[in-house]
Amino acid sequence: MKPAYTWAAIFLMVTASVTGDVLLSKAMKQIGDVGDLWQDHGIFRVVGSVLRHPLFALGIAAMAIAFFALLFGLSWGDVSLIAPASASLTFVGNMIAAKLFLHERVDRRRCIAVALVACGVVLLAF
Amino acid sequence: MLFGIALFGSVGDSLLSRGMKEIGTVSLTHLQSLIVALANFWVLGGIVLLIGFFATYMTALSWADLTYVLPATSIGYVIIALIAKFVLHEQVTTARWIGILLITSGVGFIAGGPALTPLPEHSTRESEQDREPELASARGRS
Repeated sequence: MKPAYTWAAIFLMVTASVTGDVLLSKAMKQIGDVGDLWQDHGIFRVVGSVLRHPLFALGIAAMAIAFFALLFGLSWGDVSLIAPASASLTFVGNMIAAKLFLHERVDRRRCIAVALVACGVVLLAF
Repeated sequence: MLFGIALFGSVGDSLLSRGMKEIGTVSLTHLQSLIVALANFWVLGGIVLLIGFFATYMTALSWADLTYVLPATSIGYVIIALIAKFVLHEQVTTARWIGILLITSGVGFIAGGPALTPLPEHSTRESEQDREPELASARGRS
């Protein structure tokens, strides 16, 4: 049963991590360019706006779920499987989610880059 | 900025790793040892750098696409491997060097393209309305 638990933890971690990244990205796009806002309004007001943004809070919650899924996964499976599998699947998942939910232009260049990085991350485990 | 994300993340992880190895195994029945871990110099340094990582990551997401930031900052995996080889004197296998080469190529690919998807004219106005109301209205006044 342990491989099934391990892959369930990897699946949960990837899903939560992709959800968190998409929510954080959406929140930051709605807030605007932090560099410009910092100059116009000061650092404290910008930090306050980020911390009060509901999507930011949801993104952090999703990231926390991903972190605990990683901890559970590591207690069931090998780090040499879980770390590269979750990292490379997160890259691919983020690319799909960014296209679907953030409407980013994922062209051939970005697809190739994500594929190269995902394969490279897998090889780092050996 | 993107190099800063990669550097903060990879060096922060390395410091945490070194600190936690000094502290030893933390079991679920003795979670109080995690509090002891906070007093460790390396763990504290790692936490400070990871806070820096998160701040720079959020800043980058405010002006660049997620599908640009994530692959571009994966150069951090290469930094970790170089730290492992030359600072921690760990064995880096041929497969890992090939992995490093692939990641570097991927980063090179993404770095040559645009950082942000241009918005169409009508959605630019919608996007302005979507933005944080307080800051958006302040921006309108300025």
